[in-house]
Amino acid sequence: MTTNSSHTAGPTHKAVEAGMALLIALFGVIVIIGSVKAGINWGAEGPRAGFFPFYVGIFIVAASAINLWHGLRDPDDGLFAEWGQLRQVMSVVVPTSIYVGVMPFTGLYLASIVFIGWFMRWLGKYSWPTVVAVALGMPIVTYFIFERWFLVPLPKGPIEEWLGL
Amino acid sequence: MEEIANLFQGFAVALQPFNIMVMILGIVLGVIIGVLPGLGGANGVAILLPLTFSMPPTSAIIMLSCIYWGALFGGAITSILFNIPGEPWSVATTFDGYPMAQQGKAGEALTAAFTSSFVGALFAVIMITLVAPLVASFALQFGPAEKFAVYFLAFCSFVGLSKEPPFKTIAAMMIGFALAAVGLDSITGQLRLTFGATELLNGFDFLIAVIGLFGIGEILLTMEEGLSFRGGNAKINLRVVLQTWKGLPAYWLTSLRSCVIGCWMGITPAGATPASFMSYGIAKRVSKNGNNFGKGEIEGVIAPETAAHAAGTAALLPMLSLGVPGSPTAAVLLGGLLIWGLQPGPMLFVEQKEFVWGLIASMYLGNLVGLIVVLTCVPIFAAILRVPFSIIAPLILVLCAIGAYSVHSSTFDVMLMLVFGVVGYLLKKCNYPLAPLVLAIVLGDKAEEAFRQSLLGSQGSLGVFFSNSLVSTIMILGLVALFWSAIQEGYTRLRMATA
Repeated sequence: MTTNSSHTAGPTHKAVEAGMALLIALFGVIVIIGSVKAGINWGAEGPRAGFFPFYVGIFIVAASAINLWHGLRDPDDGLFAEWGQLRQVMSVVVPTSIYVGVMPFTGLYLASIVFIGWFMRWLGKYSWPTVVAVALGMPIVTYFIFERWFLVPLPKGPIEEWLGL
Repeated sequence: MEEIANLFQGFAVALQPFNIMVMILGIVLGVIIGVLPGLGGANGVAILLPLTFSMPPTSAIIMLSCIYWGALFGGAITSILFNIPGEPWSVATTFDGYPMAQQGKAGEALTAAFTSSFVGALFAVIMITLVAPLVASFALQFGPAEKFAVYFLAFCSFVGLSKEPPFKTIAAMMIGFALAAVGLDSITGQLRLTFGATELLNGFDFLIAVIGLFGIGEILLTMEEGLSFRGGNAKINLRVVLQTWKGLPAYWLTSLRSCVIGCWMGITPAGATPASFMSYGIAKRVSKNGNNFGKGEIEGVIAPETAAHAAGTAALLPMLSLGVPGSPTAAVLLGGLLIWGLQPGPMLFVEQKEFVWGLIASMYLGNLVGLIVVLTCVPIFAAILRVPFSIIAPLILVLCAIGAYSVHSSTFDVMLMLVFGVVGYLLKKCNYPLAPLVLAIVLGDKAEEAFRQSLLGSQGSLGVFFSNSLVSTIMILGLVALFWSAIQEGYTRLRMATA
């Protein structure tokens, strides 16, 4: 699905478009399977639970087939994005995944401090004082706005427990 | 004249000190949201929705709707000063707004944009005041078949009117319906599409989808573009404002036309973005300065801004009177109603008079407050944009995570948000529209319920959707909307053939 990796290389729009249509079609198939399991015919109480989603699934598969066909016929063979651009995107997706992944264990605050700090230091190349100020400041402001003033509890980890917050 | 009395009672509600406070807070937050990349009306409101859980519903809706107005105003600031549309509906504003700023007329462009926004909103609110109660009382007679027909019309308009390819719109919409179906079936109480995962028992919450699709997805898009902000200074003072105001009445016809376009596009769920483009296009064709459009013509700022704001406001009409939101942001507000324990739809006008009229009155006041706030504080808001993206981005990501978590106090939702974010980025890059997806998640259960109840009444015959003149009319309108682009194309071909 890709070409050689020079500066202006990257996955073609066509390939990503086709992949997307196939993924959506796959999703449609899963919906159809799930609906059949739930029952798509009429029961004592009228149309059963899978009745409506079954047709939704069929629509998804059909629309994706047409989109796939259109996508492959499209004469535009431009790039979806350059590898460098995708690297930029991944430089957000990967740390955010880690951030989200550790949140159940560390709580929101610690994870946020590390996440903001890492982001600013690594991508923004800020001096440590600025990094520390923003990385600590934001969670503290958040704590007061959400937990104190609007009484919305946020996930906490061992450190917050130890601090007795 | 009962409406006038109700409206005055509404003003009494909206003018309570606490409500005025949340109104101003909402506007300021909204403008900030509108200015920041990655935070838009829909996900901004979604993230801040949990803040309103402990408020009375009327104050809550006032705050959230004011965030929406603020975001509508804020979009113009970035378009004019930085040539970066903070919101999709302000893209058309960049065409003439940014050239004006380059010519040193930023103050005039901003004043024209804000004033036009206000005029558009005012027109739409007056329309809502007059029309919404009528629509609601009419809709009270709707049975399940009519209800389904209204949903059908709403979704068909998406397919026919959006600029994305129709089958992509259908695919996106159906993904939304499928996601809405996951979990407990509201009629039979049976589980479906969960594949044994307990996390999916309650299905997918559309707020998570909104925060992910619009918030995270937008950040990823911005990262890809490697955005850096370069822009002129915002100088706006009373003299410029007054001078611009003096010139504005000359464009009354453009304003009026844009108001009508905006209201029309806002009620049918096509939304503010196409409205602004359409209004700009028509103004360009009709105006005697049409050739100057794109080079810094003030009329080219007035037309899209008026229409966008009118559409954004008018989108609340179907949300209030029928329970069918006209835009993603209106959908989030509708989600808010459900969370506060209110049932959206025509019964609101009967059972929750104070809430409805408080909201409508707050629309008048909120837009006035908004106009004053943006006119006086433009330099401050523009300064926000000069904060580098590598600071803004992690802060917005953390805010999105907080918003997603606090909907159900669940860390699983935060992960789901990220998944929605990546999917949203891919969908948007592949030209799939996100608005119908979100609306389908919101309305999926209700549309299905109406569909199944109608079929139950008719023993499975689809004829029920054409059983009386009312439901047939709505269904036929829906079909016309569905095939609108095909009809248009056929018509043009026919004319070409006969000419």
